[in-house]
Amino acid sequence: MKDVIIIGAGAVGSFIARSLSRYALSVLVIEKENDVGDVTTMANSAISHSGYDPVPGTKKAIFNVAGNKMMPEVCKELDIPYGKVGTLTVAVEDEQLPMLQELLERAKQNGVKARLVDAEELKKMEPNINPEAKGALLCPEGGIVNPFLLPVRAMENAMDNGVELHLNEEVTGICKDNDHYVVTTNKEKYEAKVVVNAAGLHSDDIAKMIEPISWSILPRKGEYYVLDHYAPGLVNHVLFPLPSAKGKGVLVTMTTSGNYLVGPSSEVMEDKDSVSTDVPTLENVKAQAMMLVPKIPFNQQIRVYAGVRATPSTHDFIIEPSKKYADFINVAGIESPGLVSSPAIGEYVATKLVGAVLPLKAKSSYKKTVKPYVNPLLLPLKERNELIKAHPEYGEMVCQCEKVSLGQIKDVLSRSVPCLSIKALKKRTRAGFGKCQGGFCQPQVVRLLAEHYHVTPLEVLYDKPGSSLVKEEVKKEAK
Amino acid sequence: MINKDLVIIGGGSAGMAAAVGAYDHGVKDILIIERSPFLGGILNQCIHNGFGLTEFKEELTGPEFAYRFIEQVKARNIPYVLDSTVTSINRDKVVVYTNAKEGVVEVQAKAIIMATGCYERSAGAIGIPGDRPAGILTAGQAQLFLNEYGYLCGKRIFILGSGDIGLIMARRLTLEGAKVLGVAEIMPWSNGLNRNMVQCLYDFNIPLYLSHTVSKVVGKERVERIEISEVDAHMKAIPGTEQSFNVDTLILSIGLIPNNDLLNSISCTMSRTRGAIVNEHFETDIDGIFSCGNVLHVHDLVDNVVAEAREAGKGAALYIQGKLPREDQVIACLAGDGVGYVVPQKIVLDESDDNLLFKFRVKAPSKNVFIEYAFNGEVIKRVFKPVIIPSEMEIESLPKNLLKTNQGTLTVSLKAKEA
Amino acid sequence: MAVKELICINCPRGCHLKVDDQLNVTGNFCPRGAAYGKQEVTNPTRTVTSTVRISDAELPLCPVKTAQPVPKGKMADIMVSINGVFLKAPVHIGDVVIKDVCGTGVNVVATRNMEKVS
Repeated sequence: MKDVIIIGAGAVGSFIARSLSRYALSVLVIEKENDVGDVTTMANSAISHSGYDPVPGTKKAIFNVAGNKMMPEVCKELDIPYGKVGTLTVAVEDEQLPMLQELLERAKQNGVKARLVDAEELKKMEPNINPEAKGALLCPEGGIVNPFLLPVRAMENAMDNGVELHLNEEVTGICKDNDHYVVTTNKEKYEAKVVVNAAGLHSDDIAKMIEPISWSILPRKGEYYVLDHYAPGLVNHVLFPLPSAKGKGVLVTMTTSGNYLVGPSSEVMEDKDSVSTDVPTLENVKAQAMMLVPKIPFNQQIRVYAGVRATPSTHDFIIEPSKKYADFINVAGIESPGLVSSPAIGEYVATKLVGAVLPLKAKSSYKKTVKPYVNPLLLPLKERNELIKAHPEYGEMVCQCEKVSLGQIKDVLSRSVPCLSIKALKKRTRAGFGKCQGGFCQPQVVRLLAEHYHVTPLEVLYDKPGSSLVKEEVKKEAK
Repeated sequence: MINKDLVIIGGGSAGMAAAVGAYDHGVKDILIIERSPFLGGILNQCIHNGFGLTEFKEELTGPEFAYRFIEQVKARNIPYVLDSTVTSINRDKVVVYTNAKEGVVEVQAKAIIMATGCYERSAGAIGIPGDRPAGILTAGQAQLFLNEYGYLCGKRIFILGSGDIGLIMARRLTLEGAKVLGVAEIMPWSNGLNRNMVQCLYDFNIPLYLSHTVSKVVGKERVERIEISEVDAHMKAIPGTEQSFNVDTLILSIGLIPNNDLLNSISCTMSRTRGAIVNEHFETDIDGIFSCGNVLHVHDLVDNVVAEAREAGKGAALYIQGKLPREDQVIACLAGDGVGYVVPQKIVLDESDDNLLFKFRVKAPSKNVFIEYAFNGEVIKRVFKPVIIPSEMEIESLPKNLLKTNQGTLTVSLKAKEA
Repeated sequence: MAVKELICINCPRGCHLKVDDQLNVTGNFCPRGAAYGKQEVTNPTRTVTSTVRISDAELPLCPVKTAQPVPKGKMADIMVSINGVFLKAPVHIGDVVIKDVCGTGVNVVATRNMEKVS
């Protein structure tokens, strides 16, 4: 019998797990993908929003502001790249200036530091901004965060503190049996006192397993461009246009790895699981982005991707027990500002919702940090040299574009969160995320994973079962 | 910090030839820094033949050609390090590299030659629409998996791009037991040598779809099928022209891009083709930093790479010896009508040598045309070309005495033959 | 009278050749084209390049080639022969890997130096 089963290991599920791992509880996280943070969590704008945008008083506003305040400390504890670069919401026409005032008001109501910036100051701050830009709302507390490492490191911390994680396992049924739940997956049956539904795009499907629900999840896709990290300075803040009913609009931002993101679009979809991209949508994204920054160097494009938002029909986060049971907790509809809210949602769900039905006894063994990760390139030369002398694998480069060493890869493979695929390794180390997109290093990564897991290269997966990179070994006759 | 006269970044064909060129012009204190476990660069995975026809008057495979230059490097005892990655350089010519044995090494060089080759354009770089499953890879990646590790990347394959790398892999994969269902090329003409068209496509009945591109990839975990569409004059897919192919692999041969992270990091002036802007001695606009081979501009023949690299080595040697002129006045070399790019983009016009070598590519296949050199508006040379195609780099020599002053503009253009 | 059509590969002109069953070649701009046309029709040959398995070397495969061009029709059989070979390092450029492959009189030779590693 588990104390808590969490369904879903995205940013939200991972932080709930981390928060619960402080207490003497048996916690199991069940995730249907082959990695944590593999769906919406890895395919968004990677922004730690300041919280000026959500309607005041909503859960979105409350958790956004709280999460953003927690973010610097959380990223320090979990060794996650983070940058408080500030955000600028830009008016490109005079007619848009009154809306900036409204947003300033909203920021005040949400308790977010903000001020208006006129055209002249804006141009000084952002030399590449549209020369027609009229002014902007500056929120200095907003920033950027690494969206891949947020769930991975939160889950690592959770697992180091005793949380159990099952990947590649899908919940197929839940029923209440007296005082506990029976959770059936495609592999096993489990019993738990409390169930937390953090199943993202499929959280409505999960919620329906124990009661009829009045809400639903409407998938909304966003497509992006990724530009290579060339000479810095295209933009110095996260740049937003004015928000509309469809969302925050197409933004232009740098990432914590020095790349640039341009996007997202916003289209309602039928299929929750499709992350395909298409030319007309991306062309539109390009056109919108160029209204903020006319000279975006799209010839530096190295990738396009799409993510799907789990938009709630209620328009606000759903973070509450089910109607019938206080010990079945729904954490659903966590669309933007979901990523930044996740640490705060984790704390709230653990302490206030799970804590309302289970006793929370703090563990003395709880450690709130992960073992720091070493990046040789961030060390001064003398220390880098000493590191390599002690651990030569930090001097052996595997991914040349992103300068990822064998030592860093081996460290990641030794940590508590399983790293089972090329994609998982990419997210954790950046090997394969660079301009050649794995052209040179992927065969070597395949070999490394094959050796580590004692399988043949034919069994090394790009992502989930069925996604092997290579299909056949040649010249087997000779062997 | 150690001191070296010349640091050469990259131990492939360009790096090795540059080292030999510098050595033979009197600079012995050289260090070649190579990131892989072997010298030879990309030649090591190019097991097909066609290399060396000009350089050695023999037809060699890639590894054999590489070996000839490895021997030249070893015969001169030119020092090199392997498994070593340059992590930074600066405008003062300090090179920092790292490897497992030495840790971190800082080298103060008098001159640097950048010979870091190219990387392949990826699917993401052109935003191929549809899903992003496993099974989309570049021709070079497929080549590496097959020739170095012994794994076929797929069994049913479609190739986008008719450049030589794609054609070579069409043959290679077929010989190793895969089925190649077709090659699509976005231009109305093929990008590869006729010889490769015949020996890689026609020999195996692999259809070529000109003026087509891949308009969709479908697949959940692995590629399941692709669609190709005809393209219009703006290279956009024409709706309604889709053809579907059930394949498990899409291979891309859609272009090589110079690997210029290091020069970009020190704000070296680049050309539109993403190689450095250089003068006839292959010196960039940063004092004492030179560039040659594919990282300067993409070559079709390694024979031309090594010839160019030897010149760059010579240029670096002259620089180290204080014999290279500084750029007080330069002549700008521009690509005119019909010409895609020209190297060098600047001429210093000193007393060394009598001939300038120009390398360029035309934008479209043309017949019965003139290559015209115009200096400060006046035509100084015309060369008749019965046939000229973009996929073959042109190398033309121009006697220096045709340039009467050392400033102004030299334009290389394509002109139709008048009646 | 059957006429074979092919493209000459000797230079970028890519002349479209026509070869009749008397081996008369038309469409060629130069004599090299005529020679190529005749050869392609009577006895088309190709150089085969591939890899063979090797043990005790730094890499698991050694690149090889047919030392001279071989009849085009024999390529498939030659590939089968090549695929059955297992070398042991050290192997050097030019070492004969298969003698007289498939009765063509041509040897398959190694094209890379593969030193022995412990």
